[in-house]
Amino acid sequence: MQDENIKTKTPDAHRKTRKEPFVRIVKRSDIQRAKAWMIRVGAIILAMCVGGIIVLLMGHNPFAVYSAMFTGSFATATSRSETIKTAVPLLGAAIAIAPSFRMRFWNIGAEGQILVGAVAATYFALYVKTMPSVMLLLAMMLAAMVAGGIWGLIPGFFKAKWGTNETLFTLMLNYIALELTKYFQHGPWRNPMSGGFPKIAMFDNAARLPKLGIAGIFDVHIGWIFVLVLAVLMLIYLRHTKQGYEIAVVGESERTARYASMNVGKIIMRTVFISGAIAGLVGFLLVSGANGTLSDSTAGGVGFTAISVAWLAKLNPIVMIFIALFIAVLSKGSNTIQTNFKIPASAADVLTGIILFFMLGCEFFINYKLIFRGVPSAESTPPDSTAPSPEVTAPDSAAPSPEVTAPDGAVGEEAE
Amino acid sequence: MFDFLNPDNLMNFFVAAILAGTPLLFGTLGEILTEKSGNLNLGVQGMMFMGALGGFAGAYYYEQMAAQPVAVISVLIAVICAFLTAAFGAFLYSVLTISMRANQNVTGLALTIFGTGFANFFGEAISFAAGGYAAVSSETKTIFNTGIPGLADIPIIGKILFSYNFLVYFAILTAIILAWFLNRSRAGLNLRAVGESPATADAAGINVTRYKYLATVIGGGICGLGGLYIVMNSSNGVGGVWTFNLISYQGWIAVALVIFATWSPARALWGSLIFGALSVMRLYIPLGIPAQIYDMFPYIATIAVIIGVSMRRRRENHPPDSLGIAYFREER
Repeated sequence: MQDENIKTKTPDAHRKTRKEPFVRIVKRSDIQRAKAWMIRVGAIILAMCVGGIIVLLMGHNPFAVYSAMFTGSFATATSRSETIKTAVPLLGAAIAIAPSFRMRFWNIGAEGQILVGAVAATYFALYVKTMPSVMLLLAMMLAAMVAGGIWGLIPGFFKAKWGTNETLFTLMLNYIALELTKYFQHGPWRNPMSGGFPKIAMFDNAARLPKLGIAGIFDVHIGWIFVLVLAVLMLIYLRHTKQGYEIAVVGESERTARYASMNVGKIIMRTVFISGAIAGLVGFLLVSGANGTLSDSTAGGVGFTAISVAWLAKLNPIVMIFIALFIAVLSKGSNTIQTNFKIPASAADVLTGIILFFMLGCEFFINYKLIFRGVPSAESTPPDSTAPSPEVTAPDSAAPSPEVTAPDGAVGEEAE
Repeated sequence: MFDFLNPDNLMNFFVAAILAGTPLLFGTLGEILTEKSGNLNLGVQGMMFMGALGGFAGAYYYEQMAAQPVAVISVLIAVICAFLTAAFGAFLYSVLTISMRANQNVTGLALTIFGTGFANFFGEAISFAAGGYAAVSSETKTIFNTGIPGLADIPIIGKILFSYNFLVYFAILTAIILAWFLNRSRAGLNLRAVGESPATADAAGINVTRYKYLATVIGGGICGLGGLYIVMNSSNGVGGVWTFNLISYQGWIAVALVIFATWSPARALWGSLIFGALSVMRLYIPLGIPAQIYDMFPYIATIAVIIGVSMRRRRENHPPDSLGIAYFREER
């Protein structure tokens, strides 16, 4: 009966009642970068408020809870080290994801790529340990990167050749990598001295990354330097190299890339290999730095959380440093509030989810503006915009401005 | 060694495959309905989590508060709450992707992250409040775990056909209704038009936004029933008890099954049975390989399926044409 309504009435009824819609959506042609980031920070604050309301409804004081989260992750040198230790793989994995996502290759397989990297590094740590420490660490790192890269290349190859769905492919490879890790842990690599528990032996000191801290502030394995350097390198790679430009073009439009006679298949495979290799490197940092051995909880969801980090940072590697630290504070702090307030530690995941939703939603206000009925369009220009350029007020939304489509300028500003 | 001629063993394998396949079927059907509207919602896993929590919490609190809880009412509340909670997740997704034009892939992933956290968080909170262990009454649990009274006792046929809990039959019924809806009803055809070409549908006077919202929200609710099944049925664990991270992979397999079923509810029945069988194979067909290799089978099969589908593209196997692309009337 509803269908008949639609069929007979709607075409006219529609036009008559909605001659001018209550609210119109117009694409913004330009927005200042600083203002866009202000909207994003506002979204995060709003999301924290929503989280606070949930805490309030559970009968706790949200200010007390939030400040406990903060002190729990920053008050002492130990807690600071723990927080940084959590942030390092998050940042590394987010950097790994960046080039794939930039190319719109939805690689959610960082988790698996981390694990196979960890497995490869562990093989060297357990069985090829006669080398001097530096050599051994280099071999472990290289093995991890190659293994992670290949794990990423497999779905990349099928995507390039046949357009196989990469989201599901990379995801399934996560599960396979996890089962593979469990297999080694329960089978051939099990430590006979572990008293019946399926555990792999701790690495020798030669296979452990050295610690490098700042006295009295924090004391963490050297991995934090690795990922900071990687962040800078990735920023340069994405913004200032030919390959980075190619990634951006393929991400915007494969057809354009083909028209510009780029080898799209090659670009996809190369990019995904790089993605996987960096994730593999993170696997190496985890086994050799943070944990000292391999287990099925080595990756522990880092690959998934890193997707949030990468997206919240709009794929900007430098912004990722702060977001990774922020998420690490949330997850470390949530352990504190579980002990102090009996609020489950999963609070960090809920909050991350809410923040993600708000960030996704706020992009709408960055890319579009709303024009309400009866409000003259001149007034709809935001009064706080310092220089009202004629393009902003122009109601003609169809014409895309060159800045928006140019992939180079759009690196930090994902358009839609 | 496995005796293939032993009817008991085969029959048990079949029954276990159905029981393991049902949550996959719910997820697949919900996602088919969603994708037919052109929305690619990767949040099935998250919505299943939300459905599991909603259903569990609904039944649990009803039993805690009612003076004399009735198991049937408790089950009914569980079903409704599971549907509504998951539908709420899908609604958030809809607002972001349909009205606010956010990227569907990322929003789906965000929904999975949110739904997982949401369910674990409130599930743990309920467990904490109950002193570390929260469970529904054994009467309620029984309803989620027993077959049709009387008929289930018939030898062989009773076990093969009537020994399942009501959600199994409900899932099959949903598949039949969905097949009829998409192929025979006007609203279903309109929905498919929206998924194939929203601009054409809009020009024909179909309310694109309304169809997209309804299909996505109801589809999400159906996914949620899969989550309810996982928390209540003991074939997946304890049954009726909240367990941390209780949905490990089913939502994602369901997304792959939609491709396997080529967007057909009837083929989803076979798909979920096959994947159900793969996931319980270890217990019924000993091949002398490590358990971890067995556990890889469903994932390897999924990869084989998506590669196979992508390699031979046929017209009728194609996804809805506008899948994954938001529709802006202004940008026609």
